Amino acid sequence: MTGPGDATGQGAATGLSDATGLSAAFTVRRGAFTLDLALDVGPGRTLALLGPNGSGKSTTIGCLAGTIAIDAGAISVAGRVLDDDASHVEVADRRIGVVFQDYLLFPHLTVRDNVAFGPRAMGLGRAGSRDVADDLLRRFGVHDLADRRPAQLSGGQAQRVALARALAVAPEVLLLDEPLSALDVEVRDDVREELASHLEQFDGITIVVTHSLEDVVALARDVVVLERGAVTQSAPVRELVRSPATPYVDRLVASWSDD
Amino acid sequence: MAPRRPRRAGFLAPALWIPAGIALALLALPLVALVVRAPWADLPQLLARGEVLQALALSLGTAAIATAVSLALGVPLALVLARSAEWSAVPRRLLRALVTVPLVLPPVVGGVALLLLLGRRGLVGEWLDAWFGLTIPFSTTAVVIAQVFVAMPFLVLAVEGAVRASDRRFEIAAATLGASRWTVFRRVTLPLVAPGVSAGALLCFTRALGEFGATITFAGSFPGVTQTLPIATYLELQRDPDAAIALSLVLMIVSVAVLVSLRDRWVPGLTS
Repeated sequence: MTGPGDATGQGAATGLSDATGLSAAFTVRRGAFTLDLALDVGPGRTLALLGPNGSGKSTTIGCLAGTIAIDAGAISVAGRVLDDDASHVEVADRRIGVVFQDYLLFPHLTVRDNVAFGPRAMGLGRAGSRDVADDLLRRFGVHDLADRRPAQLSGGQAQRVALARALAVAPEVLLLDEPLSALDVEVRDDVREELASHLEQFDGITIVVTHSLEDVVALARDVVVLERGAVTQSAPVRELVRSPATPYVDRLVASWSDD
Repeated sequence: MAPRRPRRAGFLAPALWIPAGIALALLALPLVALVVRAPWADLPQLLARGEVLQALALSLGTAAIATAVSLALGVPLALVLARSAEWSAVPRRLLRALVTVPLVLPPVVGGVALLLLLGRRGLVGEWLDAWFGLTIPFSTTAVVIAQVFVAMPFLVLAVEGAVRASDRRFEIAAATLGASRWTVFRRVTLPLVAPGVSAGALLCFTRALGEFGATITFAGSFPGVTQTLPIATYLELQRDPDAAIALSLVLMIVSVAVLVSLRDRWVPGLTS
């Protein structure tokens, strides 16, 4: 029902436009800034949200994660309404996982307890939560770091732990906020490749928020371009690269193909 | 050891050294006098006396309870105070003033005020007496209440500073992992501000231990019931100066021990 790029804020109000995917069409005003966003992501798909600084990417993450209240419109996942005129589901009950730009691993907990935090908070016992954490850490190849503190991890290691922590509660949607920007340039390509392979194994919906076309191409199939609070292009990644709709994307594509 | 480069702290006019030196002497010399004049040889006997031990036990016990009460009530107040940054000016400033006033209020005034609230004719005390037969003044409970009144603000402000300095986004991260608000408080907020909490608790304990004015006004000076160490010290000074000096030494040692244990913790103005 709601096509990507339909920024009217109407289509997704039913919450049923894609009963198995994520459907968001909303408006939010923060001071002088207005964000108007509409996006649909099918089940198991990865969408990139591409935009320059100040385009509204962080606000989008806040709205989807539930820390920022939307002013109009609706957000729903798998037919469950998270936000509309009448309701707001609290952050803790949304089942939307976030990998933060600077990871925000709890500094007072070990790597294992960071990953076990979610399962434990959800009511799984201490031992059960640690088992979940150990399994995930093994899968991400960082089990040897389980007893370390976050401060003792490299950027790439911290990212894997952050991803494991977010996935430990089996979220329906995974949000990645600038997943590679906190890393040194030298390791970025390797970590990006690794992240892509991990994301492939995740069967939920993934939204990667980034200002880097490299990230978009490596991690996502579809892309929504956000500029000054509005969607300016919404297309499969291949199409975006072939025919950029705005000067901003045009510049990104030009400098990307130069490399 | 690598030589450390001295840090330049700007210019200091030579004339300022003199008042600075006098100020330092004013702060340090009384303590020197206390240590020099202490009856070291008789100290064990003086401190082993029944009244002294009784006052010491009462002081440590009431200060510990006052600290526990301040923790249970003051940490939540500190969180509200930190959160009040988002409020409008009037309630925000009012709240901060209410927390800060006991810090600047003469303790005796605090004691009088407590009497007017909880005394047998007091605003609330009248009803406590009529309904439950409860009389608070001049009891050990009164000692604890006086100490909480005077000492809790120290804890509240220390914890509030720690909360403000901590990154609230960790709480959001915890919530995205399904943690309820109570779980976020217990497993993220509190551990992250733990250094501030323990520093605040230590400050609170020392202040409670040294409490005199509010205590003697509101709780009086009954040996074994309300006669805490500072009150006993003051009374001994008229009867047996050596005993008073010995008690002063004990209070000073406890205070210095607290200061030393605070050294590496986060307290505004106390760490260098």
